[in-house]
Amino acid sequence: MKEPDFRTPTVGSATAELQARLHSIWETEPGLKGVFGTTDHKTIGIRYIVTAFIFLALGGLEALAIRLQLAGPNLSLMTPDQYAQFFSTHGMTMIFLYALPILSGFSNYLWPLLLGGRDMAFPRLNAFSYWIYLAAGVFMYAGFLVGNGPNDGWFNYVPYAERNYNPGFNQDFYSLGMVLLGISTTVGAANFIVTAMRTRCPGMSINRVPIMIWGTLTANAANLLVVPSVSLAFFLLWMDRQFGTHFYDPVGGGQPLLWQHLFWIFGHPWVYAIVLPAMGMVSTGLPVFCRRPIVGYALVILGTISTMVLGFGVWVHHMFATGLSGLSLSFFSGASIMIVVPSAIAVFAWLATITLGRPVVTTAFLYFSSMILLFVIGGVSGFMTASVPVDWQLTDTYFVVAHIHYVLIGINVFPVLGACYYWFPKMTGRLLDERLGRWNFWITFIGFNLAFLPMHLTGLLGMPRRVYTYQPDMGWNTLNLITTIGSFVLAFGLLLFFINVAKSVKTGALAGPNPWDAPTLEWSVPSPPPPYNFAVIPTVASANPLWEDRLDEKRALSSIEQGLLLDKGKESIATTAIDAVPDMILEMPEDSVAPAITALGITASFVGMLLKAIWLGAWILVGIGALITLIGLVMWLWPRRDLREREPVERGPSGRRQVREVTA
Amino acid sequence: MSETLATVAEEPATALAHPTDLPVGPLGRHGVGMWGVGTAIATEAALFAYLLFSYYYLGASAHAGWLLEPHPTFKLSLPDTILLVASSVVAWFGEHGILKRRRGQALLGFGVAFVMGVVFAAVQYLEWQSKSYRIGDNSYASLYFVTTGFHMAHVIVGLFVLLALFVWTALDYFSPRRRLTVSAGVFYWHFVDVVWLFVFTTYYITPYLGFAR
Amino acid sequence: MSPTPLSYFTADGERAAHIVPLTWYMLIVSIVVCVVIGVMLLNGVRRARTGGGDAQTRAIPVERGTNGSHWIGIGVGVSLVPLIIALVWTMITLAAAAGPPPHPGLVLDVTAHQWWWEVQYYSDDPSQSFTTANEIHIPVGERVLVRLHGGDVIHSFWVPKLSGKTDAIPGQVNISWLQANHPGRFRGQCQEFCGLQHAYMGFEVVADTKDDFVQWRAAQLRPAPEPITPAQLRGQAIVEYRCGLCHEVRGTHAAAVAAPDLTHLMSRRTIASARLTNNPGNLLGWIQDPQGIKPGCLMPNQYLSAQQLHDIQAYLVLLR
Repeated sequence: MKEPDFRTPTVGSATAELQARLHSIWETEPGLKGVFGTTDHKTIGIRYIVTAFIFLALGGLEALAIRLQLAGPNLSLMTPDQYAQFFSTHGMTMIFLYALPILSGFSNYLWPLLLGGRDMAFPRLNAFSYWIYLAAGVFMYAGFLVGNGPNDGWFNYVPYAERNYNPGFNQDFYSLGMVLLGISTTVGAANFIVTAMRTRCPGMSINRVPIMIWGTLTANAANLLVVPSVSLAFFLLWMDRQFGTHFYDPVGGGQPLLWQHLFWIFGHPWVYAIVLPAMGMVSTGLPVFCRRPIVGYALVILGTISTMVLGFGVWVHHMFATGLSGLSLSFFSGASIMIVVPSAIAVFAWLATITLGRPVVTTAFLYFSSMILLFVIGGVSGFMTASVPVDWQLTDTYFVVAHIHYVLIGINVFPVLGACYYWFPKMTGRLLDERLGRWNFWITFIGFNLAFLPMHLTGLLGMPRRVYTYQPDMGWNTLNLITTIGSFVLAFGLLLFFINVAKSVKTGALAGPNPWDAPTLEWSVPSPPPPYNFAVIPTVASANPLWEDRLDEKRALSSIEQGLLLDKGKESIATTAIDAVPDMILEMPEDSVAPAITALGITASFVGMLLKAIWLGAWILVGIGALITLIGLVMWLWPRRDLREREPVERGPSGRRQVREVTA
Repeated sequence: MSETLATVAEEPATALAHPTDLPVGPLGRHGVGMWGVGTAIATEAALFAYLLFSYYYLGASAHAGWLLEPHPTFKLSLPDTILLVASSVVAWFGEHGILKRRRGQALLGFGVAFVMGVVFAAVQYLEWQSKSYRIGDNSYASLYFVTTGFHMAHVIVGLFVLLALFVWTALDYFSPRRRLTVSAGVFYWHFVDVVWLFVFTTYYITPYLGFAR
Repeated sequence: MSPTPLSYFTADGERAAHIVPLTWYMLIVSIVVCVVIGVMLLNGVRRARTGGGDAQTRAIPVERGTNGSHWIGIGVGVSLVPLIIALVWTMITLAAAAGPPPHPGLVLDVTAHQWWWEVQYYSDDPSQSFTTANEIHIPVGERVLVRLHGGDVIHSFWVPKLSGKTDAIPGQVNISWLQANHPGRFRGQCQEFCGLQHAYMGFEVVADTKDDFVQWRAAQLRPAPEPITPAQLRGQAIVEYRCGLCHEVRGTHAAAVAAPDLTHLMSRRTIASARLTNNPGNLLGWIQDPQGIKPGCLMPNQYLSAQQLHDIQAYLVLLR
């Protein structure tokens, strides 16, 4: 029987029968096949979030170890080599294994729900990106656990990273691990871009898209273009180390600054990539607790996009002390100062939303609103380092360390914690405890500021970065002690958060579909959502679909109860990029272990590449890995009938294969 | 062809999409898969952009003698380039065969493009052997071999893609309607071709224009 | 020395002095901005319903509220003023503080090594050139051109009270310059992570009066004095054939250049890259156990006997 090539999808409302049928179509298969083969974005999102929080905890423990060593002058809790590994692994963990993956996790979980869809555009690719992220994280930590962790800071300057100064495995674990992680980031970026552009529900035109989508979309578009730079940088380093090439060493015609350019061309857009999605979360969640739509929706989006675009043009501000020409310095300094402007748009939009709204203080609100102040503190310290001559004094001191922690903790961790309080009920069906949440917030807030506010002064007093200890007559003793105490308070605050999660997942107050009376589509489905998300695909008519009755919408109203059923298989809808007009029925793939197999093959090859330095047979492992990858890819990409990637080939009456007659 | 909004009345009506006759799955070259391949090509193009940036950055401040081959020979590289460009035309010819429902033409196109790709790779290998310098001699040599090596890796992936297209065409999977896989694969092969033109220009033509002399 | 030797709130030299006002401006603007935003935030939450949870949130009705976009316009507009001032001031300061000085009175070639500073006093006349380590003397008032060389990995040359930092990168020569307004000692520090002993790669810049500088320079040019007593002779022999594997003492057989020049070791206030004050106890302790004081540094432990140490000390005190 020929399946139709065109179809008018049924429009209707949700019935119990429809829900049951969709449930059986969309639910993850039981057993190991389900564990390794699920393509459910919600499961993958939670895996990302949990894994990223584990890395946050590990990075935090490393930070506490660092702070103990620095609590006083001339302490010797660790050797310089151990210290180098601790601070480098701390940086690598927080910036690469926590900061982006946590946002990817929230985005993975929320995007189809925010967009009114049933899954991401590429569900198998989604599963694959998680497996590679996990593999890369384990790969890099394997190095740390055997005493060969990264030891040259998270930005890993050459020549110190070259073999003659760094003969151990440290740099090889880091280089290959980063290339491996880059694969995950890149495919994740591709998935987010296509999902945002092609799988929004009908009516969700470009001016009705939640700001959280915009934040993640911009960040991932940037990642797509700049991750190859850092992957290349690390690959060339590995080549220098293992094959005697001369990319970075001056003796062979290479240049140490080539590393810095390739790294920071990636590195600067990266730091926007790890905050813009979080800012999007604030822009989506804060208005709910102010009981009004955000002020300046379009301006905030323009600010997001222009921050990211400008972010491509400022990377040299990490290199102001490297002896570049005055012309170059002036340009990048000017651009770095002006990039404050689009970032300021969000700050004022948030302040206006709070002041012109009717705020209610919940724990989520506390996190979303306090981050505004932390953002500004981090922003002004960045403003100070944007000026070249001032940066000549500030750079590589603890002033920069204060800056990066204000922007990273203030614009990533605080919004993430707020997002946890906000969306935990949607993900688990239970609310986090508000009383414990208050303790969590205040202790975290106080601890964080106690640790990092004095650090600005420590930097102004000249304390260099990356020192394993310091002399007692520099004037830094008390400040370092205060920072150490603050860091332990901060850690305790975060511990309270984890306790709150562990407690509430079992015994938290039950939440209905919309405990916060919020406007976006995810709050129209049960908590936690069924595997198919929406029994009927909604059509939206505004940016705040669930608030339209209150906002006195004069134009059309969104249709939530009635919509496309798309129940003839595992189906979702594709719409046009700007106006979200439906233009295709998407057939979605079943659970498949092909992504896991492909990830396994790639990881095996990377392990082989790591070991080739000590074992010639490692090349066999590389080959086996390549073969497994090929098998996985063939399984994955083989054209499937159910996905309409190929025509069915039928057998004629004689049993021989015949070409099916295709009607035009 | 579809309608989205119900007609607007005095009070706000409910917007409810009633699309009709939507294609089920990808249609021709329209489908999310094409967007996916587009992002893959964007990121790989960026990779080559950074490789070429590295060449221009190191070359711009290199000492005399950095260019180990101030006059690169076109003996192998030029015919090889022409061969690769031609293979794109042949691959396009093969894709056209799917469009015109001529399986023979498609098989010929993918098969010949595959063979041309293999020859390109073999000639490129000979080119590597013919160089008087080795990868560890200086940064120019390192860049030359790593850049053309990355390109070669992309060619090899492309060969697997062409082979898969050949096999799947032989199994009669594709039709003018169901051929997104073909369009995506041939699009990738064109990308590999275009990248080579940039690499070729950088390494074989700019020395004659005076760069890094 | 100052209680905060590496701070740069004030400057003792022309180059750093250009930067100080701009630094204060940006710092004050930053603090003011934070206070203003903090006040705005507190004002915004002043009317908030506290002690809220999900029920309290639902209880407050949703309203469209006023447009509010002017907040963004005004906020961004007001922010532009200090930004543009900072931009213009930055360019002016950059022009003033960038190098190289037009007529330097002195030219130094500083090569940064893991984990010490090699300082060559350049002269057109080779007989007037000499090398020292870790303590840089400059004449007060004069602009000193510093050519920075990277000996192994990237280091960064920084004397906060006199100048901003500039990296020493292998394969290129970066230019910095110093100038001191008055005599004094100014602490320097490597400011780019360069390995295990980055934390203790310090140095000192000493600004001498004109006469003192001339005297110092003349003294540095002289080779090491001859040993006289038997202990000194024995000491010199040890220095030549043990320390001389890495160090140089001009006028003896110790002629290696892998480690700091020791010809005038006792003229320096500190040893081990400003890690220790240069006194007999520290000196002997350093020679005997460098790995204990600076673990990972490139000077191996010497395992000398008490007699050998005594002889070495007898000789080294000659090297003024």
